[in-house]
Amino acid sequence: MEEKQVRIQLEDAAYTYEGASSPALSGASAIVREGEFVAVLGHNGSGKSTLAKLLNALYLPSEGRVVVCGYDTSREEFVWEIRRRAGMIFQNPDNQIVATVVKEDVAFGLENLGVPAEEMYPRVESALASVRMSRYADSAPHQLSGGQKQRVAVAGILAMEPSVLIADEATAMLDPSGRRDVLETIRDLNRNKGITVVWITHFMEEAALADRILVVSDGRIVKEGIPREVFSDVEGMRALHLDVPRMTSLAADLRREGMPLREGILTVDDLVKEVERLCPLKSAI
Amino acid sequence: MSIEVRHLTHAYAKGTALQTVALDDISFTVREGEFVGIVGHTGSGKSTLVQHLNGLLKPTSGQVLVDGEDLNGEKVDRRALRRRIGLVFQYPEYQLFEETVARDIAFGPKNMGLPADEIDRRVRRAMESVHLDYAKYAESSPFELSGGQMRRVAIAGVLAMEPEVLILDEPTAGLDPRGRDRILTMLEELRARDHTTVLMVSHSMEDMARLADRLLVMSEGRLAADGTPREIFGRPELMRSVGLDVPEAARLCAALRQRGYDLPPDLYRMEELRGCLLRLWKEGNAC
Ligand SMILES: Nc1ncnc2c1ncn2[C@@H]1O[C@H](COP(=O)(O)OP(=O)(O)OP(=O)(O)O)[C@@H](O)[C@H]1O
Ligand SMILES: Nc1ncnc2c1ncn2[C@@H]1O[C@H](COP(=O)(O)OP(=O)(O)OP(=O)(O)O)[C@@H](O)[C@H]1O
Ligand SMILES: [Mg+2]
Ligand SMILES: [Mg+2]
Repeated sequence: MEEKQVRIQLEDAAYTYEGASSPALSGASAIVREGEFVAVLGHNGSGKSTLAKLLNALYLPSEGRVVVCGYDTSREEFVWEIRRRAGMIFQNPDNQIVATVVKEDVAFGLENLGVPAEEMYPRVESALASVRMSRYADSAPHQLSGGQKQRVAVAGILAMEPSVLIADEATAMLDPSGRRDVLETIRDLNRNKGITVVWITHFMEEAALADRILVVSDGRIVKEGIPREVFSDVEGMRALHLDVPRMTSLAADLRREGMPLREGILTVDDLVKEVERLCPLKSAI
Repeated sequence: MSIEVRHLTHAYAKGTALQTVALDDISFTVREGEFVGIVGHTGSGKSTLVQHLNGLLKPTSGQVLVDGEDLNGEKVDRRALRRRIGLVFQYPEYQLFEETVARDIAFGPKNMGLPADEIDRRVRRAMESVHLDYAKYAESSPFELSGGQMRRVAIAGVLAMEPEVLILDEPTAGLDPRGRDRILTMLEELRARDHTTVLMVSHSMEDMARLADRLLVMSEGRLAADGTPREIFGRPELMRSVGLDVPEAARLCAALRQRGYDLPPDLYRMEELRGCLLRLWKEGNAC
């Protein structure tokens, strides 16, 4: 199989906030290829949002290099090219809201991209529909509930159809069905349209669905691997102030009690299959 | 301190074309020392509801009674009441305003007229409760912190007032797993030690399964259900119909029951599930 194009390349990148005594991120190296879904985990203050902001050229690396879709973020003439390709959903939706009417807010990014009006309207409509916010198209964003704001922020980026989507805790304030909707919508774009996704989250169950996980701790990328590998080290993850998916943790507890469950359990389905294997129903024998 | 909500209705932008009825005839009572979880889909009215409980929003109709007294009555000293009923907002970062973390957390206790050494003690204790290192962050600017760190400062600011009733609107959203666990443990301790009444809004059914004595389920501005977690999580169809879900332990249990395994229908805690699965494996039946 031919290797996919590199979408994001970090080469020993560092960032230090003005006046800070130590860098918020340093020595960060990573490669993300087209169509990958990469989850980023890390304790509060580990440097995830700093990393995200380096990826869409909001911050420039104080050392090293960040290349997005082939463009070096430190070259000012490329900032525009980067922003139109790499869309970012910010951690706090209020930092993203710019207009006084929801549909205008969602259209804002498209206007900036120079999308013609007749194309803009259907894109805004469909983005709002995909986050189930159509009935709020004419509302004022600042009068929405926390989760409604977050959905609007997601819609604004979906409408732009970026080739790289960076989501900084995009589901933190959503209800369980909203979280499923948003994750499904983005996974669908990822699988069917080849959109590259960088998914920052504190939900281990979400990270379990990624192709690959990066773990950040104290400003450094300390682990990288597929979910099964990363989550096989329960104690290691806890030491980083993180965790493993609940089903993984339950399976580990049961294994300790002697139940010979296979390794690599991440989801409810995984565990159901193992229970069926180890405890066959009498009627089924 | 008990809180009684009677036929509470709230309309935003009342009388305009944009009128939104966010709360529609809500009634319930919270007893002293109870831990009440409030769940509900996005926009169901949870934040609107909790802002009525310390008098920040006024009912369009209906009443909120605190220890039997109408919170919006004329004689009530609302400022004094807000010290006894602490509210952590959904996006509490916006409440931060002081130059340093320690001063921000000290703001409430200072306004209460407490002596300096008591304020200092409370600030340190509150920072420890939310797992923020005093030596490292006390003198930092709250605006130079990460999202999760800001949330911790905001929670600490309310804890430092040591309120009798603590209301938290999505306190663990954006916290890392260790921080989330730390806050939940702290709430368990507060309840056990000080009999603090706690109302917590959360989208995490897992947190609710761990802590709540009782759950209020909101949907479209109405109270769709009020019961123990066991009663509520035993009704997955109800939960899904209002945009919510049941904890993962209950989901696994339901999936196994569907395949013919004899497991209890109302199981929702991980520890129970673990015991059942072990028995199933060792003895061939779960209960
Ligand atoms: N504007 C700022 N000025 C100075 N320091 C900052 C600023 N923003 C963040 N920091 C510091 O940089 C470090 C990394 O912060 P960052 O926001 O990247 O963390 P994060 O991993 O996104 O955390 P969270 O999970 O809480 O969102 C933290 O130590 C934080 O205190
Ligand atoms: N200031 C406001 N002006 C007008 N309408 C508002 C205002 N604040 C909230 N609303 C509306 O009232 C309803 C209830 O909002 P509320 O914030 O109470 O929901 P919530 O249950 O807290 O939701 P979430 O889980 O998303 O935080 C929503 O439909 C919302 O759009
Ligand atoms: Mg962050
Ligand atoms: Mg809310």
